[in-house]
Amino acid sequence: MKQLTALQQQGRRSNSFRNASAPLDVNVDGSIKSPATIFWLVIHGLCCLVSLVLGFRFSRLVFFLLFSTSSTPSTTTIYTALQTTLPSSSPATPPPERNISSVGGGTRVVVGRHGILIRPWPHPDPAEVMKAHEIIERVQSEQRSQYGIKSPRAVIAITPTYVRTFQTLHLTGVMHSLMNVPYDLIWIVVEAGGVTNETASLISKSGLKIMHIGFDGKMPILWEARHKFESKMRLHALRVVREKRLDGIVMFADDSNMHALELFDEIQKVKWVAAASIGILAHSGGSEGELPMIRRNDSVGDGKNSQMPIQGPACNSSDHLVGWHTFNTLPFVERSARYIGDRAIVLPQKLEWAGFVLNSRLLWEDTDKPAWVKDLEEVGRDGEDVESPLSLLSDASVVEPLGSCGRKVMLWWLRVEARADSKFPARWIIDPPLDITVPAKRTPWPDAPPELPSSGEKVITIQENTEKRATKSGPRRKRSSRSKRKHTPKVLEEHVSSNHSRDN
Amino acid sequence: MGFCMWVLLFLPLFLWSSVGEKGIGRGSVPTERIAGSAGDVLEDNPVGKLKVYVYELPSKYNKKVLQKDPRCLTHMFAAEIFMHQFLLSSPVRTLNPSEADWFYTPVYTTCDLAPNGLPLPFKSPRMMRSAIQLISTKWPYWNRTEGADHFFLVPHDFGACFHYQEEKAIKRGILPLLQRATLVQTFGQRNHVCLNEGSITIPPFAPPEKMQSHLIPPDTPRSIFVYFRGLFYDVNNDPEGGYYARGARASIWENFKNNPLFDISTDHPTTYYEDMQRSIFCLCPLGWAPWSPRLVEAVIFGCIPVIIADDIVLPFADAIPWEEIGVFVAEKDVPYLDTILTSIPVEVVLRKQRLLANPSMKQAMLFPQPAQPRDAFHQILNGLARKLPHGKKIFLKPRQKILNWTAGPVGDMKPW
Repeated sequence: MKQLTALQQQGRRSNSFRNASAPLDVNVDGSIKSPATIFWLVIHGLCCLVSLVLGFRFSRLVFFLLFSTSSTPSTTTIYTALQTTLPSSSPATPPPERNISSVGGGTRVVVGRHGILIRPWPHPDPAEVMKAHEIIERVQSEQRSQYGIKSPRAVIAITPTYVRTFQTLHLTGVMHSLMNVPYDLIWIVVEAGGVTNETASLISKSGLKIMHIGFDGKMPILWEARHKFESKMRLHALRVVREKRLDGIVMFADDSNMHALELFDEIQKVKWVAAASIGILAHSGGSEGELPMIRRNDSVGDGKNSQMPIQGPACNSSDHLVGWHTFNTLPFVERSARYIGDRAIVLPQKLEWAGFVLNSRLLWEDTDKPAWVKDLEEVGRDGEDVESPLSLLSDASVVEPLGSCGRKVMLWWLRVEARADSKFPARWIIDPPLDITVPAKRTPWPDAPPELPSSGEKVITIQENTEKRATKSGPRRKRSSRSKRKHTPKVLEEHVSSNHSRDN
Repeated sequence: MGFCMWVLLFLPLFLWSSVGEKGIGRGSVPTERIAGSAGDVLEDNPVGKLKVYVYELPSKYNKKVLQKDPRCLTHMFAAEIFMHQFLLSSPVRTLNPSEADWFYTPVYTTCDLAPNGLPLPFKSPRMMRSAIQLISTKWPYWNRTEGADHFFLVPHDFGACFHYQEEKAIKRGILPLLQRATLVQTFGQRNHVCLNEGSITIPPFAPPEKMQSHLIPPDTPRSIFVYFRGLFYDVNNDPEGGYYARGARASIWENFKNNPLFDISTDHPTTYYEDMQRSIFCLCPLGWAPWSPRLVEAVIFGCIPVIIADDIVLPFADAIPWEEIGVFVAEKDVPYLDTILTSIPVEVVLRKQRLLANPSMKQAMLFPQPAQPRDAFHQILNGLARKLPHGKKIFLKPRQKILNWTAGPVGDMKPW
């Protein structure tokens, strides 16, 4: 049957029963019908029928078992119809460090059916996987050095922070972004209220070079004052850069921002001062509804304010800096948040620090600096407000736009914070463990009798504890999870009451 | 006397410094010079070193065949057609046969295609015989040497054995009339009937524009460790496995289908070329024949080829040091492929990538239209030039006959 279809096919590679009938071949060509050939033909036919029934080629297995194929040399012809493994070489020991060269001359490669070699444990070895990843790492760093940025400079990231509920969330995000930066990094963490163990334990997990500095003063609650305080913290960090003469590119990684890794590649291009576009995600957590959709703003005459939630450099057609895009805060001014945890939209400032990048040499004293940069000591003294790094420059037009002239957004601003008095477990470790044990709805042993007389007291204590929990959860409510929290105490109470009723 | 001493002292210094020199290629990407067993010959210019005479055969041997099926221009055997076109307008061509070193016969034997695009070799022996009969009667140069200074392009699966199935090809052997001629073919396997001593192996044709159009920026990090796309089991012709690829491809699948380092499947993704540029190693296992266009693609896209084909002879083997560029794995070592590949030292991997980045390496694998310096056409001519000068022995004495014109299967004797 197979031979017929093979002949009919104009296509290729018709696999005849050649190998199966190896003993047959010799005789068939001669076309001498001897009893032996007839006998073999009969056996062959029988095997065909059996194969039809079984579903795989039975005939060759029989031939192999009965007649060892001694005519075929060297390479293995062990039949693996069922794809069993082979004792070809001891599986535990891979071939020794031999020269990976082609097979030496003189070995003949045999045409015919070969076994499919499968080792007994065809799964990856973890040590080898690690080695492969090391190879990949090395190849990629070689690629970077060949095609990417030549002579990359160190990145100095300045982050003002303070201990609060959302600190872990924000700081972990920034930390992980910085851990993935492929360049040398120095992370200056300025903490309001002095250095604390909380922050220190969090950032020590990063493995980065960190300078953890304390800054006296408590972080204010009102947003206005807060922005000013943060600017002071950043200036303090800049002073440290100046004192220690750190060399590299200074960027401001606010802990509530989200950075794309392309940003770090892009800032390598800075010469003295540069600005990148920030996406502003002014968010309201309450039921204020979405921000109004971006309306087409035709007031191009001013050219400086647009409805896009972007803050950054604005260029003319020849890619020169002509102005700044700022986020239009006018529609939201009445509804803007005034203090931390306010149920209103938190608005950014006109120009956030995070969008600017400086060459650290601008801050050094006694070096060659361009004429348009002011000395750090003169700025911010006498408590005057430094709104953005532009105050360091006497001429704002020297700022270099990044990200194809501000068109690429690699940085997002979003300030979600909990109320100032919200509590959270220190270092997010719950100690001592929670003291409520709520019985499972279905115990694994359905026949076990329910808790007997002592359960009455348990029930009472449970009720007390749930009441306690209800009061505790009040201030801890975050804006987004408020609705969820309301439900849980109710559920507990329901359950307890049902238990009650059941017992009674 | 003293001067000679100084020269002798400094000579080894010069020789040592010129071997394995690390050149800085264009664009300041560090590459390395490639020197095979024949020396640093990839950059040689064959013009002036040899003269080729192109026989004018009637168009039924070339143009008409091509007109019947223009698919011949894009499949992997298109080298025979493009070589003809290249030679017609090349400076090595001479119109005076008496001063020619080599004679070329433009007969397209691999252009009789089945509906699915694969060439049918059943008529090719007769076509070749008919062409040779023509040139031996019309011109005296064949009979002078019985073809020893003639070369033919036979890019089909098993070269001049003219069959796609290996056993039948071995049974046929090389066409008896071509025994003395130089064969330029893609098939190469040591100790095989279908590879003559002195044949030139060439890469299969891969369309250069198509590959250039899929280039991605070179700073895209290479994140795939091992890459392969293709069949593991040829279900139509060898459903149980073990026959196709001598079981090597099936072995790859069974051993590494669960290995996250190996990105292997039978998919036909549209991003095939892009994925190759994101891989460090590309598997080039044998199929029904040991050669495959994957080698060319791997070289063009800078992916280190892992060649799994015992005794294979790779293209331009005397000009390109394939051991230094690719990784060779014996078929019986396939189950340990991951151990082998991960135990290669990183410096060796980086060196191979530098060698692959050498533009002459990539040029040598391509058949661009129109021809460019150092491309595969020129490498073929270089190979032919290296075989010069012909010894005096190739010229037959009068009335001496070596070839047997009636040897071969009966079917071949029929006129084409």
